[in-house]
Amino acid sequence: MDLLGQTWTYIVENAARVQEALLVHLALSLGALAIGMLIFIPLGVLSSLGGKLTAGIVGVVAAVRVIPSLAVILLLMPFFGLGWKPALVALTLLAGPPLVINTDTGLRGVDPATLEAATGLGLTASQRFRRVKLPLALPVIVAGIRTAAIEVIGSATLAAFVGAGGLGTFITSGITLMDERMLLTGAILVTLLALATEGILARVERWITPPGTTPA
Amino acid sequence: MTAQREAFSTALQSATRIEFDHVSKQFDGNGARPAVDDVTLTIEPGEFVVLIGPSGCGKTTLLKLINRLYDATSGIISIDGAPLQEIAAPELRRHMGYVIQQGGLFPHYTVAENVAIVPGLLGWDKARTAARVDELLRLVGLPPEEYRERYPSQLSGGQQQRVGIARAVAAAPGTLLMDEPFGALDAITRSRLQEEVRDLHQQLGQTVVFVTHDIDEAALLADRIAVMREGRVLQYDTPLNVILRPADAFVAELVGADDILRRLSLVSVAAAMVELDAAEPVGPDEPVIDLPMRVRPALNLLLESGAPRVIVREGGVPVGYLDLPAVQAVSVPHVARDGA
Repeated sequence: MDLLGQTWTYIVENAARVQEALLVHLALSLGALAIGMLIFIPLGVLSSLGGKLTAGIVGVVAAVRVIPSLAVILLLMPFFGLGWKPALVALTLLAGPPLVINTDTGLRGVDPATLEAATGLGLTASQRFRRVKLPLALPVIVAGIRTAAIEVIGSATLAAFVGAGGLGTFITSGITLMDERMLLTGAILVTLLALATEGILARVERWITPPGTTPA
Repeated sequence: MTAQREAFSTALQSATRIEFDHVSKQFDGNGARPAVDDVTLTIEPGEFVVLIGPSGCGKTTLLKLINRLYDATSGIISIDGAPLQEIAAPELRRHMGYVIQQGGLFPHYTVAENVAIVPGLLGWDKARTAARVDELLRLVGLPPEEYRERYPSQLSGGQQQRVGIARAVAAAPGTLLMDEPFGALDAITRSRLQEEVRDLHQQLGQTVVFVTHDIDEAALLADRIAVMREGRVLQYDTPLNVILRPADAFVAELVGADDILRRLSLVSVAAAMVELDAAEPVGPDEPVIDLPMRVRPALNLLLESGAPRVIVREGGVPVGYLDLPAVQAVSVPHVARDGA
């Protein structure tokens, strides 16, 4: 318990540094998540249409998922150097698999009878997508965003290895200086951030689940 | 353009004539046999036509060619004389009610929202739509106050199918397509809904094309039955003729031609009775039955009562009688080969 007290003192004494690291961590994570959603949700939509494209997209995504987070970040160094750029690119890539897979699964999971009825009633393809497919798939897609967000916030800790800053700096410096208070500062704040994100997105998920259907 | 669309919408709202002219449908990679093979038939305005046959006979494919869920490989389908290909598919479908077996209600829409889908697509105003929704829910036996705001998951299978029917006829289409709508329901619910669909057709008068594999259902509902097998229409005739004069052995088997009692349970009394001369007196003790009824239960009553005939009434008025010769006349099938 003493160590926790010391950690708290450390945080208070280094408030400015902690705040900056927290902001960098958040900016990297949110940036990567936002870019990831813009790229990978449409890819998931494409993939859900079936055909050859699906196999290609799912294959690439599955491959990305196999590579450890730290390796993804380090492998990008030759192309993007050090700093926030390789970190942002890597985190964006890491957000990909859950976004693509959940978008694809959610859209495909819509009852074919509902879709046939929608077509038979005279909805155009885009009306069918906006009014039936998307709302019914949305809970699954948001569940994917939630997984991606947790993945990104956790992996952003590793951004410190390429000098991108963030809460990971406390952990890397803590190891180098053998300072347990610094280590714990990083670990505790990342944990709290992840838990808060999880809590908020779980709420969003319930909120966007259409009435009359069960949550994903 | 708008005026033309308006005219088109109005036209499709009165009962339509549907014509198939040498229509075939071949699915890709389905090598040998087309799903629908050179079908030519005409469905008259306001007619209730049932497509029947074993699974894979092409009846559902034929139905889906009408609202262009499939497009024909060859041949021409026209509606009121206009080839279907000249009409944009979504526009066409908004003027054709469509009911499928699994209901296909939008699970995230309330009952009212589901029924209001097509009026919404057609741009009806809110008040008109709301009034129409209530009217239709009452028509299908779901009090709007109680059911309007429910979600499909809160309804039984039979209730969902009622909503599906209300949704299909919401914009008063001149054509109603039903693809085994009662296939997944229990027997009691099914027979109740069959009666209701028949009444609904009598009230609304639209052209109905109905797919089933159940000959009882077909005989009850149809003005004409099209018996299909391997993509072809083997016989297209009234239920009575299909039952009494099956075109070939396959149709004979389908209608149970070697089982007299079974056949009598398909034929309606109206088709079998002898019409009553207006001047002919009806004895006060004669047994009576009321239409609609099938011959088989009427025969039960006839035998039970020991009377020479039972009087048939429609709306309380005697219109005919049924005696043993009349029953016998509809008991003996005339398969095409004996020249009937």
